[in-house]
Amino acid sequence: MLSVENLEKTYSSGDEALKGVSMEVSGNEVVAIIGPSGAGKSTFIRCINQLTEPTSGSIELDGVDLTGLSDGELRDQRRNMGMIFQEYGLVERLSVMENVLAGRLGYLSAWNAFRRDFPEEDVRHARATLDRVGLGGHDDNRADELSGGQRQRVGIARAVVQRPKILLVDEPTSSLDPETSRAVMQLLTEIAADEDIPVLINIHEVELALEYADRVVGLADGRLVFEGSPSDLDENARDTIYRATAESSSDPDGDAEGSNGTDPRMITESR
Amino acid sequence: MATDIATRSGDWERFDRRKKLLRYFGLLGTLIVTLASWQALGVRYTYLETAPEMTFNLFQRMYPPDTAYAPEIVAPMIATVNIAVVGTMVAILMAIPVAYLGARNTTPNRYTYSLGKFLIVASRSVHVIIWALIFVILFGTGTLAGILSVAFRSIGFLAKLLSEEIEEIDETALEAIQATGAGRLETMMYGVVPQVKPAFIGISVYRWDINVREATIIGFVGAGGIGMELQTRINFFDWNGVLTILIAILLVVMFSELFSAYVRKKVR
Amino acid sequence: MSATSDDRYAEYDGQWKRPTVFRSHTVKYAVYAVVLLFVAWNVWAVRLPLDRIVQGFGSAGVLVGNMFPPDFGVSIVVRTTEFGVPVPVGTNVSDGAVRLWDGMVETIAMSIVATVVGVIISIPIAVMAAENLVPKPVYIIGRTIVSVSRALHELVVGIIVVVGFGFGALAGVVALVWATPGFLAKLIAEDLEDIDPAQIDAIRSTGASPLQVMLFGVAPQVMPRLIGLTIYRWDINVRAATILGVVGAGGIGNVLVRSFDRYDYQYSLAIILAIIAVVLVGEAVSAIARRRVQ
Ligand SMILES: Nc1ncnc2c1ncn2[C@@H]1O[C@H](COP(=O)(O)OP(=O)(O)OP(=O)(O)O)[C@@H](O)[C@H]1O
Ligand SMILES: [Mg+2]
Repeated sequence: MLSVENLEKTYSSGDEALKGVSMEVSGNEVVAIIGPSGAGKSTFIRCINQLTEPTSGSIELDGVDLTGLSDGELRDQRRNMGMIFQEYGLVERLSVMENVLAGRLGYLSAWNAFRRDFPEEDVRHARATLDRVGLGGHDDNRADELSGGQRQRVGIARAVVQRPKILLVDEPTSSLDPETSRAVMQLLTEIAADEDIPVLINIHEVELALEYADRVVGLADGRLVFEGSPSDLDENARDTIYRATAESSSDPDGDAEGSNGTDPRMITESR
Repeated sequence: MATDIATRSGDWERFDRRKKLLRYFGLLGTLIVTLASWQALGVRYTYLETAPEMTFNLFQRMYPPDTAYAPEIVAPMIATVNIAVVGTMVAILMAIPVAYLGARNTTPNRYTYSLGKFLIVASRSVHVIIWALIFVILFGTGTLAGILSVAFRSIGFLAKLLSEEIEEIDETALEAIQATGAGRLETMMYGVVPQVKPAFIGISVYRWDINVREATIIGFVGAGGIGMELQTRINFFDWNGVLTILIAILLVVMFSELFSAYVRKKVR
Repeated sequence: MSATSDDRYAEYDGQWKRPTVFRSHTVKYAVYAVVLLFVAWNVWAVRLPLDRIVQGFGSAGVLVGNMFPPDFGVSIVVRTTEFGVPVPVGTNVSDGAVRLWDGMVETIAMSIVATVVGVIISIPIAVMAAENLVPKPVYIIGRTIVSVSRALHELVVGIIVVVGFGFGALAGVVALVWATPGFLAKLIAEDLEDIDPAQIDAIRSTGASPLQVMLFGVAPQVMPRLIGLTIYRWDINVRAATILGVVGAGGIGNVLVRSFDRYDYQYSLAIILAIIAVVLVGEAVSAIARRRVQ
């Protein structure tokens, strides 16, 4: 179970990307985070596995606080979180299999990493996972020979072979065409069920969120402004999420509360 | 509408005329500068008149190549290749840290970046012959001075191209690997090395190929290789021997060029 | 979970080897071994004398000490006024400074003349070395000229011309001209091979002669690049011209070698710095000019 308390992030540039976000994710639910560009979605995901260091607040994964860990402890914890990137984050010159096995690097010495000497069990798991994401037989292809959708599947496979306790997914579909996007979302929800782990997905396309998520979270201007089931996300709620930034950027203070007051389904109520 | 077209074509003509004028001035300027340069060289024209005859004479004296002499140049020819190989190796070892400093995304701070850039420029702007002059003073004549001059000359070249390659590394791939819980060293092995390795091999082999050529001339200032032998033959007016050496150089250089082109085509 | 996962994936092959660009892993290790042995042999063959390396770098400090400060041969004449204030009243230019200046002027003059002549010679060679424009025998001759021009370093040509014919700066020009087709004709030939055949056919169909085809069908397509490469070649020629004097083929290199022979290291450093300055300025001018024409 992941539980985030009052997370804040202020970049050195002065941008307040997160202004106190709290959230819990557990079981095998698929949670979609939606919100306008610049709302802080990526920052939130990146703070969870500390690719970006949060300014304050706590993040607990199965009872272990992830903030303020030593380098070694952080590496151990990161092995429990599978991360999937918008731009795939593959090493383009390596083969598909090598990219997938990269998910096991946290358990390997540098020398074995250099020699690509992975335990047989890891290799079996990687093969099975490649099959699972529909890339069986592509083991020896170079990553740069694949299509966008295929690359994203490799990225997903890499996260899955980590045997993570949670999947963190940052805009998995923004570089893909609509059809491929749906296939990738379908795959992610299936994996959540199969592996019995929660999946946290940042996503731009509200329609995809509605179709695949169990729960939707609305982020605007660094604050949580909506939380509920997809059916709760009506015209009104969307307006709040996507208007909040527009208004707050013209008037930095005070309107988030205003919209909360006008909509009973907003965060105050669902808590 | 008619006026529209008229003004437009007028514009076009004006633009064209300006371009033409610029071109004529450019041509005229080049001509004047060239003539002035020719004047500055102070060439005696009698030389030019006799040049064809002298060229023909020289070729006549060179031909045929001295085959009996050929075995004697095997050793200095091999030494030339040795200098190129070892010089390139030394340069590679020194270029890696310099490239690390000279790449914007790996350099620790502004000052180290400037240091890296300075070393690159310093190495590149001093010709191999000048390096050789310096190293012959320090290490005496011979192969050692040759290796070091080839190496010092190559550092900048290698480090420049390598740092450009490092700057093009895909950072998200590195982040993705870190996100799996991999350590710094594993990330290097798995993320950085594969991204720069092909280019690095290509650049190194390319520089080696250039260095074979450079190693043929550093002997003129005493820094080893076939150049010393060539200079001796020329000073003795042993023109048949000279032709033998030229043919040997031609073969070795062409082979190394073909080899380097082949390797560069293969590694991606 | 890990206990069950073993069974879940049991059907999959646990053996995996990183794919290699070589035909097989055996070939890969064989190639690595050969490369390693080759390098090892080279290192062994030159038998680097460690003591001399240490000693040499030890004396580097002394040499650098002897080189500083660089002596350009230009000094400022200072007169102390009646109030004890030193005032610069003029400059004193020594022979060395004059030789440095003359050497540089000659270097640059050589580079310019050699570029112009070299380019003029390279154009027909480029056409000869373009496979799509000339018959096969001509193409082979063209490629051979390019290869020989590339293979023999300009300094090798320079030393032969100097000893064979005996002229200074002109020998340098000959050497630079010699080296030009290896660069310029090669690159232009590659461009010529990529030109649009439709444009040539269009000109040819009007009944144009081969020369007219060259002038109106081919030349316009490669002209901008030819100009760019010419400027680039000039920049290379400046570099090369600074050292041709080492073998007596004119330019500043001659002054440099003689300063070394006379152990006049402060003057040597001044010359080296001047060379670097001229080379960097040449590079900058060339870069700017190339950007302007493109
Ligand atoms: N590395 C950084 N340094 C400084 N400011 C940053 C950095 N990354 C993000 N920000 C700022 O933080 C805020 C939130 O950015 P973030 O990338 O988290 O938004 P997002 O919701 O993911 O947007 P998008 O939908 O466009 O990806 C923005 O104002 C952004 O300018
Ligand atoms: Mg984002």
